[in-house]
Amino acid sequence: MPADFLSNLYVFILAGFVGFELIKRVSPLLHTPLMSLTNALDAIVVVAAIIIAGRQETPLATVLGAIAVAASFSNMVGGFLITDRMLRMFKTGKPKQP
Amino acid sequence: MTPEATQQLLDIAYIAATVLFILAIKWLSSPVSAKRGVLAGEIAAALAVGATLCNPELVAYKWVVITLILGAAVGIPLGLVHMTAVPQRTALSHAFGALSAALIGIAEFYVGVQQGNVTRFQMGEIGLEVIIGSLTFTGSLIAAGKLQEILPQRPIVYRGQNLVSLSVLSAALLLAIALVVNPANTVLFPIMVMVALVFGVLLVTPIGGADMPTVISLLNSYAGFSAALLGFVLNSKVLVVAGALDGSSGFILSVIMCKAMNRSFTNVMFGAFGQVQAGTAAAAEQRTVRSASPEEAAGILAAASSIVIVPGYGMAVAQAQHKVRELYDALTKKGVTVKFGIHPVAGRMPGHMNVLLAEADIPYERLVEMEEINSDMPQTDVALIIGANDVTNPAARTDAASPIYGMPIVDVDKAHTVMVIKRGMSPGFAGIDNPLYYLDKTLMLFGDAKQFVGSIVRELAGGHG
Repeated sequence: MPADFLSNLYVFILAGFVGFELIKRVSPLLHTPLMSLTNALDAIVVVAAIIIAGRQETPLATVLGAIAVAASFSNMVGGFLITDRMLRMFKTGKPKQP
Repeated sequence: MTPEATQQLLDIAYIAATVLFILAIKWLSSPVSAKRGVLAGEIAAALAVGATLCNPELVAYKWVVITLILGAAVGIPLGLVHMTAVPQRTALSHAFGALSAALIGIAEFYVGVQQGNVTRFQMGEIGLEVIIGSLTFTGSLIAAGKLQEILPQRPIVYRGQNLVSLSVLSAALLLAIALVVNPANTVLFPIMVMVALVFGVLLVTPIGGADMPTVISLLNSYAGFSAALLGFVLNSKVLVVAGALDGSSGFILSVIMCKAMNRSFTNVMFGAFGQVQAGTAAAAEQRTVRSASPEEAAGILAAASSIVIVPGYGMAVAQAQHKVRELYDALTKKGVTVKFGIHPVAGRMPGHMNVLLAEADIPYERLVEMEEINSDMPQTDVALIIGANDVTNPAARTDAASPIYGMPIVDVDKAHTVMVIKRGMSPGFAGIDNPLYYLDKTLMLFGDAKQFVGSIVRELAGGHG
């Protein structure tokens, strides 16, 4: 088993626990923005796509990488945009309620 | 700068991005800090993308720049869709995310084969990653198609469905195992991808519209885990963390949705849901219902001191949320306490109703979760149901023979008076009769949700002060 795999597994498990604890605390009020925000964060795969598309190792890899850049970057841009729009809509009522 | 130093700088940028990702989700816990969370996520994304563009491995920027512009050109309109279209937009973004994860895995495979250095272990990782990415891609497209109503919303089922679906999934996994045995096989690999794509279609086609909140959460989870697996393939920790966060988020939401529909997780995993039989309810005898006009409804609402409005997918379909806001304003002005009781699976995705009502400018303190509103129900004068059905069906509590028995519901039947805005007496999505409609305290308000609420608002404005 490669050493890289074990260190990645280590990070994966810890991140999974952190995610679990944090997401449990997200109010159900915000479950839709939660989904669109995690979608935008997940679009970080764009960094891998950029490297595949820009490294130009084989024509096939470049084409696949380029499609992946477009698909994931659209998620990143669209995901942040719509999350921001949704959260602006959540307004508190008048003065503070007791 | 030496290549090592550059690589270290890139790693530091990725670590900073990872920290910001975690903060982004942490700050999303409350509406007060949530906007800060989005900002943290945006900074993280800009940092990671900016650092990647400085990576010395990049030799040509032409396609990168063109496709980034193209991605933004697609992403901006998708970020500006109307709130009622958010479920299909979300499904589409799961499709895009999974597509890019799958394509990167495929590219890695072919580059590795050409360089002759795909180990069995890497092949296993790539195989699993590409299978999950591919099935999530097609599955999410089908879900988006159903939500956009390009495809039929009803479940499409046939005999032996689970057997066929499981065989296709097994075929994909067997092909992956064959590839692990013989990693450089460029014949089996594309077949595996195709089989996984087919499985995604089979997975989501049998699922009906009302089960979409669970499906969309599950696809969210798959899309996240495919990104995390891609992080394993590429040895990229930032992908592992982002994928783990997204994957666990989708997973937790699926579990919440499952509980809210009283379905087990295995039931969901095998796609055997959305097939509730109409069965027993068909035997219901002819019973009478009481109906009321907008004037009568307005009179009762104006005389009440506390009202709980229970919205459902029907409110979204009728685009009635803005009229509901007018009703909320008119009643609040008369000193009536108005709250909204939100069932976790009301609508087509988790939190759907909250977003629609927030869009209509209803303060979020008024949007109350099911458990909390249920303790208020016995002291509530009027429960007004707009476009919801199964989530208010008391048979879930009382009738052990009902297909939805055991599902948690909003206890509207405990309010002093119940009003239901509904087009007609047809049963809900699941085809289950709702005994709520035949109670003595229930008034049926027949009509289009938007028009009916509008008429009540006019009565409240014109009538008694």
